Amino acid sequence: MRGYLGIDVGSVSTNVVVLDEQDEVLADLYIRTNGQPIKAIQTGMESIRPELREDLEICGVGTTGSGRQLAAAIVGADVVKNEITAHSVAALNMVPGVRTILEIGGQDSKIIILRDGVVTDFAMNSVCAAGTGSFLDQQASRLTIPIEEFGDYALKAKSPVRIAGRCTVFAESDMIHKQQMGHNLEDIIRGLSEALVRNYLNNVGKGKEILEPVVFQGGVAANKGIKAAFESALGLPVQIPKYFSVMGAVGSAFLAKEHVGRHRPTNFKGFNVTNDTFTGKSFNCSGCSNGCEIIEISNQEAVVGRWGGRCNKWEIA
Amino acid sequence: MKKVTFPHLGTSVVVFNDLVRDLGNEPVVPIRPNKKILDLGVQYGPEFACLPFKILLGSYLEAVERGADTVVTSGGSGPCRAGHYGEVAQKIMASAGKELEFIVFDSIYQKPLEFIRKVNRLNSAKLSYWSIVQLVRFYWRKLQALDRLERTSHRMRPRELKRGETTQVFNQSIKWVQESKTMGQIDEAEAAGLKAFDVIAQDPAADVVKVGIVGEIYVVLEPASNLEIEETLGNMGVEVNRSIYLTGWTRENAPGGKKADGFEEAAKPYLPEPIGGHAQESIGHTVMYARDGYDGVIQLAPFTCIPEIVVKTIMPRITREHGIPVLTFFLDEQTGKAGMQTRLEAFIDMLRRKKRTREEATYARVSGD
Repeated sequence: MRGYLGIDVGSVSTNVVVLDEQDEVLADLYIRTNGQPIKAIQTGMESIRPELREDLEICGVGTTGSGRQLAAAIVGADVVKNEITAHSVAALNMVPGVRTILEIGGQDSKIIILRDGVVTDFAMNSVCAAGTGSFLDQQASRLTIPIEEFGDYALKAKSPVRIAGRCTVFAESDMIHKQQMGHNLEDIIRGLSEALVRNYLNNVGKGKEILEPVVFQGGVAANKGIKAAFESALGLPVQIPKYFSVMGAVGSAFLAKEHVGRHRPTNFKGFNVTNDTFTGKSFNCSGCSNGCEIIEISNQEAVVGRWGGRCNKWEIA
Repeated sequence: MKKVTFPHLGTSVVVFNDLVRDLGNEPVVPIRPNKKILDLGVQYGPEFACLPFKILLGSYLEAVERGADTVVTSGGSGPCRAGHYGEVAQKIMASAGKELEFIVFDSIYQKPLEFIRKVNRLNSAKLSYWSIVQLVRFYWRKLQALDRLERTSHRMRPRELKRGETTQVFNQSIKWVQESKTMGQIDEAEAAGLKAFDVIAQDPAADVVKVGIVGEIYVVLEPASNLEIEETLGNMGVEVNRSIYLTGWTRENAPGGKKADGFEEAAKPYLPEPIGGHAQESIGHTVMYARDGYDGVIQLAPFTCIPEIVVKTIMPRITREHGIPVLTFFLDEQTGKAGMQTRLEAFIDMLRRKKRTREEATYARVSGD
């Protein structure tokens, strides 16, 4: 049986997905990166293996996310692609005809506009982390509410309070101020959800034509409060695909399948990487005045990847 | 002898170095903006000043450590705070106990006498005005040669077979121009450089997309401030056309200079008045790139730059009316390239797909006739 592996190494979570030949998701996994991408990739590979049938053969591997190059070096990838492409490929396959993708992850948020199945425009937050998953996470832990229940609180609000959404620092001090004034938690959380959506639409979504079907994905899509806030701000229904939190990995698996096709052999190194010890080191190249910072990833003694230079001198991908 | 430093602005450094020297001063060559310069600029600069200011301030402070006692820089008029950066930097440095002489050149049109007085202050060798004019013409020719070589490098890089070769040739040709001693030698160096570009092995099948670059002048001209975006794009198979070159900009602001290349006209429906910085240029050039059949435009802006913020707000309308995709980068202290790489990759992916769809559509129309 043939399968395709997709890995998305993000700032907050590392996701692994295996697709079969019929584009069905056989297994999916969402774990925290915890600032240690190599370990997260190894753990991910180890944890997903028992969920797969013995006779499953991985025929293609795709990686995405900010740690895509690292993941590619460790597991042996056939396609290394940016998150925008991976997310749109996944949404197009899961929700045919999709025209708008709202995606909010740990450290970034993006909007992708598609027409006739082709990306025609996109935007990604550039200088501001307000309105990303990390901020919600942080607020949830400040209020000692599990992040999973954050959305339910928002839905119980009777009259949401206004929270400044432009900047996480402003938002937090606004929230604390309102909470000390005596507003109840539900109203504050709902206010925060609305602020986040308002900031997203004014910043990332500025000037974009948002048309149905609208898909909302990324880790934050688990939050019912944010979904409701999006629906009321847009006046449109918002769909959340089944694998919303691992769409980047799903897209990578699709890309891998497309790339490898029926005949090309895969670079996949097997699931055994979990027993290896990978180490990273860096040095400054002294070949010319650019002084590039070169990163080298080794498995015991063997160098499995090297990048960071402005020329090809050191490159091993 | 005056020890003179000046802003680091792309390839122009080698030329200004020699000009300052020939006027009888000791040049303190600004080093390529790096972490140390940025740290100094951030430490002494106001928090919300823009990146160009922090780089320049840091760069002056670094030059002081190497003995610089004079700063030569440009001023400016109109509602962009960069026009005051010379004076602000001088005040900040003075309050940090570093008293320096600042010679800030404004447009020669506004106060011609003052302009000449400033030239005199820099003319330590007491050269005649005629010699100065000759000198300026000579170095002007060098700047032109450098700009021409850089333009060519942008065209060659996306098609090179061996990555890095174009950059090597470009660096070599900069040296040739720098070492030229006469006008004739500059011509030769320029020709030799262009020829060296010609023999770089090319991939004729390269699927090249064309992107125009607009934005605030400093972050457009200084690769160290924009994470070498032009080179990065070149390596991704993108032909880059930059809307501003130093020689082009100076010509517009010099005596007898021909005004502009039509950007004001092109910007008119969107921004009929200059609002400071390079806002009108950015708008006008984006429209012009669309008309010239470019696949996309990238806008470079320093974080907190008001003129470019206005531009960014207008861009969606240009995209809608002219069908040209625009990607904006706000540049600040960050030196990590991963974020930019991801956005560029996605943007270029999108442009390639659009180009292919367009070509297929054209082909279908033509063959259908």
